[in-house]
Amino acid sequence: MTEAAPVIDGWFTTDSQPALIGRRCPECGTYQFPPTGEWCPNPACLSAVMVDTPLSRRGRVWSYTDAQYKPPPPFVAATEPFEPFAIAAVELRPENIVILGQVASGYGVADLHVGAEVELVIEPIDGSRALVWKWRPCGD
Amino acid sequence: MTEPVAVIGVGMHPWGKWGRNFVGYGLTAARAALDDAGVAWSDIDFVVGGETVRNGYGGYVAGSTMARALGWNGARVATCYAACASGSAAIEAARTRILAGLCDLALVVGADTTPKGFLAPNAGERWDDPDWLRFRLIGATNPAFFGMYARRRMDLYGADPADFAMVKVKNARHGLHNPNARYRGEVTAEEVAASPVVCDPLRLLDICATSDGAAAVVLSSIDTARRLGRGDVRIRAVSTVTPRFPNTALDLPDIATDSAASVAAPDQGFRPSIASAAYEEAGVGPDDLSLAEVYDLSTALELDWYEDIGLCAPGEAEKLLHAGDTTLGGRIPVNPSGGLACFGEAVPAQAIAQVCEVTWQLRGQAGARQVEGAQVGLTINQGLFGHGSCVILSR
Repeated sequence: MTEAAPVIDGWFTTDSQPALIGRRCPECGTYQFPPTGEWCPNPACLSAVMVDTPLSRRGRVWSYTDAQYKPPPPFVAATEPFEPFAIAAVELRPENIVILGQVASGYGVADLHVGAEVELVIEPIDGSRALVWKWRPCGD
Repeated sequence: MTEPVAVIGVGMHPWGKWGRNFVGYGLTAARAALDDAGVAWSDIDFVVGGETVRNGYGGYVAGSTMARALGWNGARVATCYAACASGSAAIEAARTRILAGLCDLALVVGADTTPKGFLAPNAGERWDDPDWLRFRLIGATNPAFFGMYARRRMDLYGADPADFAMVKVKNARHGLHNPNARYRGEVTAEEVAASPVVCDPLRLLDICATSDGAAAVVLSSIDTARRLGRGDVRIRAVSTVTPRFPNTALDLPDIATDSAASVAAPDQGFRPSIASAAYEEAGVGPDDLSLAEVYDLSTALELDWYEDIGLCAPGEAEKLLHAGDTTLGGRIPVNPSGGLACFGEAVPAQAIAQVCEVTWQLRGQAGARQVEGAQVGLTINQGLFGHGSCVILSR
């Protein structure tokens, strides 16, 4: 069996303290996610260099919802029949950026509220061995 | 203030799930608009189409597709894509060409045939396409974003799903007698509450469908309109602004916002800035509006728009709704057409349809849904990837 690997390269680490990988502008300090930008998005900065950097592992919920119906392809369901999952947009500090992700399995909208603290975890994205980032409520 | 242009003709093909080619719908709408304007197709010297991305190459070149369908007449041509804002981008292309004196009579057409179910990204493995990635990595559909916006109203302002249902009840009633609407029937709050949850807290009847449909307008300079005896309705402003960095509200289809680590977020967020730019260009304000057509992709999103166009302060939209201010007969009716709740979305046609409705309202031709004495109307909308869309019209 092949080893579990990220569904997409370079967006997050999978060690015991996993983190999303963003980019940071060495000149003005602006962050960016996903880590695909090759120039600074700040219009007042002309930097053409962005440096990979791990982002905060914890943040607070900006908002949240769930998917009660199976999304269309290219989404791949983890189970058949489809089981609903929750989604959260999470605000990270000091990056001051909001990043979307699924909520960790076993948690739903009842476990969330705007402002709730969540932590990044890595879980299988679907029935395959591929991994993705998710947000897990800290239970505050 | 910018010089106005005239809307001399409007026309639509009824919204529905007809399953036919989008070109036929566009042709119906275009001919209706030309008839309404009393001008011949051969006199149109600029034709611009709102692009549809789900109908093959003909959709990518919608302007010339429509010109060919009407019969080549040698007009200049353009096609605009700005996602849900494509229609207003097309209107803006026509308006600016008229104001530059480069064209006399312009035809703007948007038409679409939509698939059943969720709008999905284009097929294939598209690992560099954020619209594809949000489905592949997260399963974040459009309604998931609407659900998150709705949830913020609940957690920040104390809104209740019953408030959202009330928007649906209102819009269903507005659209009852609109011959172009797809859904023409009363909906009760109980029916909304009994419909299945799609993306918490939103239920099926809180979320707009996707539809087939087409809308068209004929625009001209004020002088030309006077010569034709059709100078009654004027476009006073078109706002197609982008966000200002950093845009800190999560917008479709992005996985992340801009970072506000080095530059503070602007005082005004993207959505309110769309309306502000239009108000400034038109030299009017929210108090001058007789009606508004706002993009109610969800019931809760209509409430966001009340605040974003300045009808009330943030968090006050539910009060405005409950007071009946935004119902026909109220202070500032919103979506007298029935809105997307009654139409469903036909992407490149929708912003043009909004302008058709305001035009009929300003002419006093809206029948049972007429806003009495309408003088000024606003349409607003937002397209994926940072496209503002706001048109202000007046008599």
